[in-house]
This record gives sequence, structure tokens and C-alpha cells, in this order.
Amino acid sequence: MPAASTELYVALAAILFTLGGIGVLVRRSPLSILMSVEIMWNAANLLFITFARQWGNMDGHVMAFLVITVAAAEVAIGLAIIVLLFRKKEHVDVDDVTELKN
Amino acid sequence: MNFFVYLVAGLIAIAGALGLILAKQPVHQVLATVLNFLGLAVLYLSLSGEFMAVIQMIVYSGAVMILFLFVITLLTARKDPVEKETGARSPQAIAGWAIGGSIALMLATTAIVGRPAAAVAKIDDSFGTVKAFGHELLTVHVLPFELTAFVLMVAVIGVIILVGRQKA
Repeated sequence: MPAASTELYVALAAILFTLGGIGVLVRRSPLSILMSVEIMWNAANLLFITFARQWGNMDGHVMAFLVITVAAAEVAIGLAIIVLLFRKKEHVDVDDVTELKN
Repeated sequence: MNFFVYLVAGLIAIAGALGLILAKQPVHQVLATVLNFLGLAVLYLSLSGEFMAVIQMIVYSGAVMILFLFVITLLTARKDPVEKETGARSPQAIAGWAIGGSIALMLATTAIVGRPAAAVAKIDDSFGTVKAFGHELLTVHVLPFELTAFVLMVAVIGVIILVGRQKA
């Protein structure tokens, strides 16, 4: 069985990151956008762990752990903001959220 | 680093990400995202990151996505799809797919065709285990570890301030 090299993992992380970016660009509801951002966090984490394995150094694992913690905090805050948005309207489209204008 | 495991888990992760973009119901989106996270956990295992794979499943597929499910059931249970129209054929969506697709193609080909990586380092059996990770986290990286506690506390206080004041 041939081994999967580091380049393949980097390519997969690139594809996953851009898929998350496409989700942010294409979808309209804030929930979808938040989940797409999660996919992008995870693509970055995959890179950290890939290169930790590449160099045999566990610093990458610690960094990925910190990223997961920050992502969890970000989700908590983001979902709180989304709950606030949904209290105002039935349907939320990110293009209609203009509270910060003026 | 088994190529077969990489291929299957990578395809599962990509399928999950595509499902997130294409699904109409929020619950289906959450399930697709969980699929993506499980594929990534398998990839972490193939990179000898045992502890990170477990954390990925417990924290992401478990806690974070359950939080999403709670919000979805709380807010959108009675309604039809949250988005009025997903706009899959709108010019903006087509532009998003075109830009994202070209960036993905560019990055992926650069990663594969570019400079070949150095030889993969030799690791011993303890690499990626809970013991090694804990040793790394609590001896070398104590300050970042303390900072995560601070970040989580700020997040909790922020959520309480944002959502918990409707009766004030």
C-alpha cells in the first residue's frame, strides 16, 4: 500500500479551505456561514497536524488544540449574535443585517 | 500514512463540505458538517494524532455541532427553509463558485507539483498520545494553555451579556 505524502494532505487542506470559503460566499443564512467558517478552521487544523507529523514535533498539535478552543469560543459568541438576529425577524439574510450602518 | 485511508477519509471530508454548501435544510447542513469532521478525525488518526482525533470528535462533532442543533431547533423548527431562496443560480453564487474553484485548483496544484517535501521525520510510539500531548501542553506551552482558559471565560461572559439581558 503506497503511503500518502505530506503534499496530498496539504492539497486536501487547500480544497477544504476553499470549499468553506465558497460556503461563506454562496450561502445567505448566518448559520450556514458560521458552519462554513468552521470548515475553514478545520482545514487550517489539518495543516497544523500534517506538518506536526512531517517534522515529528508536537507543537503543531498544541496549536491545533488552541485553534479548537478559540473556534469553540467563536461559535458560542456567533450563535448568540444569530439568536439575537432571529429574535428580530423570521428570516435572516446576511444582506439584510445593516444595523451597524449609520 | 496509508494512501487508502487518506483517499476514503479525504473524500468523506470533501463530501461533507459539499453537502454543507448544497443542502437546503439547516439540520442536513449540520449532519454534513459532522460528516466532514469525522472524515478529518480519521485523517488525524492517519497522521498519528490520536489525541487530536478524539478531541475533534468530542469537541467538534459532539459539543459544537450540538450547539448548532440547539440553536436550529430553537429558532427554525416551525419554519420552512431558513433562507428564502438559496440563490444557487444567482450571479453572486456563480462568481463565488468560480473564484473558490480556481483558488482551490491553484492551491492544490501548487501543493502537489511544487517543491517536494523533505523526508517525513521518524517518530516513536508516544507521538500524538495523550501523555505526550499533556507533557507538551503543560511544560512547554503553559502560557497559551492559561490563555485558553481566559478566552473561554471571555466567551461565556460575552454570551451572557449578549443574550441574557432581554428582561432588563
